[in-house]
Parts: sequence; structure tokens; C-alpha cells
Amino acid sequence: MITVKTAAETEKRRWERETLEPAVVKGGERASTFTTISGRPIERLYSAEDLAGIDPARDIAEPGVFPYTRGIHQTGYRGRLWTMRQFAGFGTPEETNARYKALLGAGGTGLSVAFDLPTLMGRDPDHPLSLGEVGKCGVNITSLADMETLFEGISLGEITTSMTINSPAAIIFAMYLVVAEQQGAAWQTLSGTIQNDILKEFIAQKEYIFPPRPSMRLITDVFAFCAKTVPRWNTISVSGYHIREAGATALQELAFTLRDGIEYVQWGVDAGLDVDDFVPRISFFFNAHSDFFEEIAKYRAARKMWAIAMRDRFGARSERSWKLRFHSQTAGVSLTAQQPYNNVVRTALQALSAVLGGTNSLHANSLDEALALPTEEAATLALRTQQVIAHETGVTNVVDPLGGSYFVEKLTSDMEQGALAYFEQIDRMGGMVEAIERGFPQKEIAESSYRFQQAVERKEKVIVGVNDFIQADDPPIAILYIDETAAERQLEKLDRLRQTRDQSRVTATLDRLRAAAATPENLMPPILDAVRAYATLGEMCDALRDAWGEYEEVPII
Amino acid sequence: MRRLRVVIAKPGLDGHDRGAKVIARALRDAGMEVIYTGLRQTPEQIVTAALQEDADVIGLSILSGAHNHIAPRLMELLKEKGLDDVLVVIGGIIPDVDVPKLKAIGVKGIFLPGTPMQHIIDFINANTRARV
Repeated sequence: MITVKTAAETEKRRWERETLEPAVVKGGERASTFTTISGRPIERLYSAEDLAGIDPARDIAEPGVFPYTRGIHQTGYRGRLWTMRQFAGFGTPEETNARYKALLGAGGTGLSVAFDLPTLMGRDPDHPLSLGEVGKCGVNITSLADMETLFEGISLGEITTSMTINSPAAIIFAMYLVVAEQQGAAWQTLSGTIQNDILKEFIAQKEYIFPPRPSMRLITDVFAFCAKTVPRWNTISVSGYHIREAGATALQELAFTLRDGIEYVQWGVDAGLDVDDFVPRISFFFNAHSDFFEEIAKYRAARKMWAIAMRDRFGARSERSWKLRFHSQTAGVSLTAQQPYNNVVRTALQALSAVLGGTNSLHANSLDEALALPTEEAATLALRTQQVIAHETGVTNVVDPLGGSYFVEKLTSDMEQGALAYFEQIDRMGGMVEAIERGFPQKEIAESSYRFQQAVERKEKVIVGVNDFIQADDPPIAILYIDETAAERQLEKLDRLRQTRDQSRVTATLDRLRAAAATPENLMPPILDAVRAYATLGEMCDALRDAWGEYEEVPII
Repeated sequence: MRRLRVVIAKPGLDGHDRGAKVIARALRDAGMEVIYTGLRQTPEQIVTAALQEDADVIGLSILSGAHNHIAPRLMELLKEKGLDDVLVVIGGIIPDVDVPKLKAIGVKGIFLPGTPMQHIIDFINANTRARV
């Protein structure tokens, strides 16, 4: 452990005067200031004196010990590696089912479902706004019938599944539960995650349907339902990933994501839930961006801040409530269409930073994702990248190898201080919902994103192959091209479904859902009834639109 | 001479608006009058905005793969309304094979990931004559 000696200050100053200065005078440095990709200035050298004010026992502690800066597991990856979970989905449920079987066959250890835009927005394939979008960015799921196909031959009792779905998360989750039931898997044993994070949709990703307040109620309904009925399910994945992709800095990603997490806990408590009954099932999702050490510091600060917030702000008593578990994904926004093979290298380094930061689950991007959804070959290479890190580099032999680094500990501490300042600002506004209604995080992100773009244009930040080291003849690579037949097949199936299902049962369950939405009762039971009747996702979302209306944002540039 | 008027629009169901917002701001900083429509605009709404705003340029941001449906409909509507002199450009993720198809229906500029903002500004300046 680090001990801070006052003598170190003198040593560093003497080194600066005697050893450093002559070298700087003689050779100079490449730039007058050095900054992270987020624009944070970085000193030339960090030493013991930078750790003044950091109490190792209180602020860093050992792995598995509060506040978990060094990790939530005592044994790090020596006990168990992270889950290699590759996000996948495209076209029809039939096509995606085949891709899942290939990924599991190649040694993937969990599934992660990417849905298309109509599914994310709660629209059936025959809605005018779905034109051209069916199956393009993910798999199209219209009803329980599609969900049955998606997991055909995959035993839901034996794998864990993550589903990236937000506004209609409760409905898609209900479909999953019914498929599990059909397969004979008990809900008590099911494990997986729904993203279910609406705040970051309003802040960054913008796939919202209903206004903030009824949206938050849907989420607390899922918390309450799962606490009793599906206790091993991660009810939410509070996501910084999309906030970062939209242009936030590492610090903003950390601050807004954790403050979103606090907002959900507050709403759960206000809905009458006991903190220790639902907080252990809250998980997180961070971006693994390119600035190596800044990312590692971000993950370490996140664990520490969550532990403290849960214990001190909410009085959580269970250690399980204090431990922040997170998935990470390498930065899609860092991928370049130019010289796409460079993306393999970027992704490997980003994935390594997530591992050194103690990620519990990881998705590595494919080299072709600046151009299209990944081909099977590219997706397999991304999985292999994770396997090389896990089994060849040796970084998994030791817990938190960077713990105690002057630089990493100082960055971790600065990240925490910066994020706490954002917390104060947001608390003063009355909370995250209010801050969003005022456009506060949206403005902060738009500003950072524009500033970064300008830095790239001025070449203050180099992107290899884009603004430097440009190659005139960049040979094209093979990409996955999604044709229109997916839409046609989904439309045909929807047509057949509407003709064969018991229409009176559909109408009755939808009426019941619409009525329940206007009362405080938990919406999961009426949603499950409508799902079992093969009501479509669009029909169920329309019932809720009738009750709650739709959200429209005031755009902030 | 009056300033160029540009409608930046985000059609389809996608909400990834980072590119649309960055380019809107860059064009504004370059001295153009920029109107950003916000998310999930139909081709009809975009053409109405262009008409009302007396736009010289329409810039579409499309990343979802829906361009083959949205662009032809938009070009058709522009023709119907007699707005075929409006410069139409698209920024986003467009597979190589689709570029000639879009150019053939009259989309003048297609800007793929990594395009410098200055390049887009220069392209717009070179391809429009501000109407008096």
C-alpha cells in the first residue's frame, strides 16, 4: 500500500529542478499541454505527493472490501472471468436465432439481443414509421410468436440473456418470461438483464415513447415485480454507454450515469420498496473508450461512488446493494470507416482497459461496425479478441493490477470529485428527471461533442486513418447487407397472426392494460396477459400511449 | 446577399442525433442560417419545413439503413412542390453500393463517417447559389 511521505514532495521538486528542467530546455516536449480524449489536462509525472488526501484504507481498500475501488470480487478474474457477451441481432428472429447458436458454439458465454428500431420504439412492422427500418439495426420482434422463434433450441434456464430494450422493456421482458415458462424454466431461476434505462434515452439515445414520469413508473413496476417473482434478474442496466457515444466526456458519462442510478433508487424508495430488496439487481453499463487510463479510473471511481451513495445516501445495509456490477462495450463511436482493420486494434486496447478496470461482462465491437452490422466473421474475431486478453496476456492472474499506481489512483480520485460536483448541481435542480426536463445533461453533452469535433478538425486529437496517416487507396471490406426480405417476412407473419389469434381475447387484455395504466397497480400482470394472448408489441404500446401520451423533446443543439 | 438557409433533418425512427447536431452547429458557425427539425421527421414534414423556411439546402442525417426508402420519397415530394432546386445532401452510414442509386435520384452530396466538417461547408458553398 502507498504511504504518503512529506519527503516525497521535496524529492519530486528536486527532480524537476535538477533532472527534468535541463531536458525540457534542451529537447522540449511534443506539445505545451497534454490532455485525455475528454480534454482533461494530464501532468507529466505523478508521484506520492499527488496522493495527499487519499486514505488508502478508506478510499481504495482491498478487493471485495467497501468501497470496492479495487473490485467487488476478492479473487478478481482468478475466480471467474468476465462474461463474454456479444451483442447481436438482425433481420428476422429466424436469422438471429442461427447467429446465437453460432456465437454459443464459438464459446460465447451469454446472449445479448439487439432489437431493430420499430421494436425499440414500440411500432409494428406495418406502421408507416417502420418503413425501411424493419430488421435493419437489430432483430424485429412483433409478438410472443417471434420471441418463441428467437430462442428456439436455446434453453433459457441454462443461459443468461441481456436485452437492450428500454421504453417497451416491460413488454419484451414479459415475452421472455412466457417463452421460459413454455420451455419449463422456473422464473425464480432465470438470470439475465433488461436495459430498461429510460433516463439515458431522454439524455442521449432518444428512443423514448412515453413522457418521463409514466416511464419511470413502468420501471419501478418491474423492480417490484422482479423482487418477488424473478429475483435473479437484473431489472435495469443503468447505461453510460449511450451518453458517451452521444459525445459526453468520461467524467460526464460517470456523473450522469451514477446520478441516473440514484434517481432510480429514489423512485423505487418513493414507490414503497425497501432499498435492499431491489438495489442488488441494479446493474450498470459503461463505455470502454480509447483513453486507456482515464477509462480505468472511471470504472474504479464508479464502484467507489456507488458503494458510498447506497450506504450513506440510502442507508442500504446489504453488501449486495453496495457492489456496483457493470457490463462494458468498446466505443462504437471510435470506430472508423477508413482503414477498418485499425478497428481491431482499437477495440482490443479498449477491451483491455475494461478488463483492467474490473468489468463483469464485456462486448468487443467488430471491425466493420462503422459501415454496417457485423458479419459473422467479424463478430467471431471480436469474441476472439476477448479470449486473447483473457487467456494469453496474463492480466487476469492478478486482481486490480493498476491499484496503487500514483497516476491511476489520482485520476480515480479526480473523477470522483468531478462527478460529485455534477451530483450537487443536479440535486439542486431537484433530481435527474428535473435536470432532463430543463435540458441540462443534453446541453452539457452537445457542448462536449462539438468541442471534440473541433479538436479533431484542428488535428489537436489525431484519429489514425481519418485526420492523419491517411491512405488514398483504402480497399473496401465485405459487409453484411440487410435486404428488404426481412420486412416482407415479418409483415407476412404479422398478417397470419392477426388472422389466427383469438381476437376477442386480444381486445379484452388490451382494454385491461389501458385501464390499469391509469391506476397505480403493477402493470406486469396485465402485460403478461396481453403477451399470452399474442397481442403485438405495437398494440400494447398503443394502449399505453392512449393512457399516457407520447413524449416529444425540444431539440438542443 | 442573404445567408444560405439550411434545414437539417433526422428522418426515420432512429434517435442518434450527435452527427445532426454537430453539423448544424458547424454550418451555423460557418455563417449559414440553420433550422434543425428534431427527431423522427417524415419526408412530408421535412419538405413542409423546407418550403416554410425557404431553404436552399436540406441535409438529412441517416444512420439506420432506411435511406433507400426515405430519400426517393423526399426527392419525389420536392419535385411535386417545385422545390427541385433545393440542394439535398445526406450524412451518415450509407453502404457503397447505395451511393450511385442515391446520386441517380438527385442527392448531390453523400458524406460518410470521418468527413471533415469543412469539407461539407465547402461543398454546400460550391453547390448553391443563394436566391435573392
